[in-house]
Amino acid sequence: MPEVKKETGTFAVKKGLAEMLKGGVIMDVVNPEQAKIAEKAGAVAVMALERVPSDIRAQGGVARMSDPEMISEIQQAVSIPVMAKARIGHIVEARVLEALEIDFIDESEVLTPADDMHHILKSEFKVPFVCGARNLGEALRRVGEGAAMIRTKGEAGTGDVVEAVRHIRQVNRDIQRVVSASPAELMAIAKELGAPYELVLQVKELGRLPVVNFAAGGIATPADAALMMVLGCDGVFVGSGIFKSDNPAKRAKAIVEAVAHYKDAALIAEVSKGLGEAMRGQSVALMEDKEKIAGRGW
Amino acid sequence: MKIGILALQGAVREHRDLLHRLGVATVDVQSRQDLYEISGLILPGGESTTVGKLLVRYGLLKPIAEAGRAGLPIFGTCTGLILLSRHISNSSQFRLGLMDTYVERNAFGRQLASFEADMPIPVLGSKPYHTIFIRAPYIKQAEKNVTELLTHEGKIFFAQQGNLLAAAFHPELTSDTRVHEYFLRIVATAQTSQ
Repeated sequence: MPEVKKETGTFAVKKGLAEMLKGGVIMDVVNPEQAKIAEKAGAVAVMALERVPSDIRAQGGVARMSDPEMISEIQQAVSIPVMAKARIGHIVEARVLEALEIDFIDESEVLTPADDMHHILKSEFKVPFVCGARNLGEALRRVGEGAAMIRTKGEAGTGDVVEAVRHIRQVNRDIQRVVSASPAELMAIAKELGAPYELVLQVKELGRLPVVNFAAGGIATPADAALMMVLGCDGVFVGSGIFKSDNPAKRAKAIVEAVAHYKDAALIAEVSKGLGEAMRGQSVALMEDKEKIAGRGW
Repeated sequence: MKIGILALQGAVREHRDLLHRLGVATVDVQSRQDLYEISGLILPGGESTTVGKLLVRYGLLKPIAEAGRAGLPIFGTCTGLILLSRHISNSSQFRLGLMDTYVERNAFGRQLASFEADMPIPVLGSKPYHTIFIRAPYIKQAEKNVTELLTHEGKIFFAQQGNLLAAAFHPELTSDTRVHEYFLRIVATAQTSQ
């Protein structure tokens, strides 16, 4: 066989991993035991972090990248992909996660931002990134920086799905607008959205985001997870919602099934039975703006 | 002729779009009933532990295995290759176990080792095929009844056993339709011989 030239860390390979996660559930875990429960329940990946968002919210202080030792232990515990969070703009935390051979980095507003103007230039990394967004402009700025996957932000750690719904509705509305606009209008729309023009053209052609989009932030029940799929998300992240509930293993499995069969209401009814109490949560409508974290990201 | 695509989790859309570009009708397979009307089945890439569990939970593992043994052409990519294999290293995960192959999961390591490369696949013609490997498995060994269609450095990346076809890479992530056309020829042959 002639010489074969292998290229690693390309955008196709990064985006490809996100494509393989579609229709799946990614679960926040804080130790190897939880990671194994998540894998056993059918999670497509786990997010390794020291504190789930609801604890970060309750305890306050500066939230940073997790202890590399804890991340390595979780990598050893499961065969599914392992993700971890770096602070917005924290290039070195991201390089550390890359050195740990993490499968995906979440440049996340759930942690305290390290840079209040710039995100990481993700195209310079070999490891893929996922980033949060509340609208099409924000999503395309992140893709422009090299993100291989987007998640709508929601409001993490609340157990209230309203912001997750608001953000995917907004992204869908923005995409509809781009799709129905005439080509002559697209530069003005790109300017208004604050989005790279070339990526707006791609959205126009595809009729959707150029990368996979998961929902996040406030998903607590199988019905919440299925709702996000109905609204057009490719999959869901569940943070505090599983391991802050009465029966994590059963709830995790139920959410996996609800996402795989989101159109089947009878099945969702069946898997939702006897799950015990969901995380108690807090209503986003009663929160002060300064308590919200979705506004982080530029 | 309709081709089923197992639609429990993973890169379903990419296979569907590619087949539609070839003018082939598809069915998303989510339950046993969906198997009745199809002439061939694609098992897309995804997370093999997740897909294996969902196959069992929805009573699809046995019907698909039986259909495969009865001659239904099945094409598995990445996760699909793992599910088709009888032997999986260090794993007791659910599988169809139809091909006499020994598979290594995540065989190249973590995501950083994922790669793309042009590979010669003689059965698809003289032009190399652009392969994309993502946390990919490979076949490390196969029984004599398995035909190796692409082997590189002793690793089998593309193989056929009767009407069963398995690729460690992702033809659905490229715009090159030759691998799918090869599978459609297996389907067409299976239909005329019935």
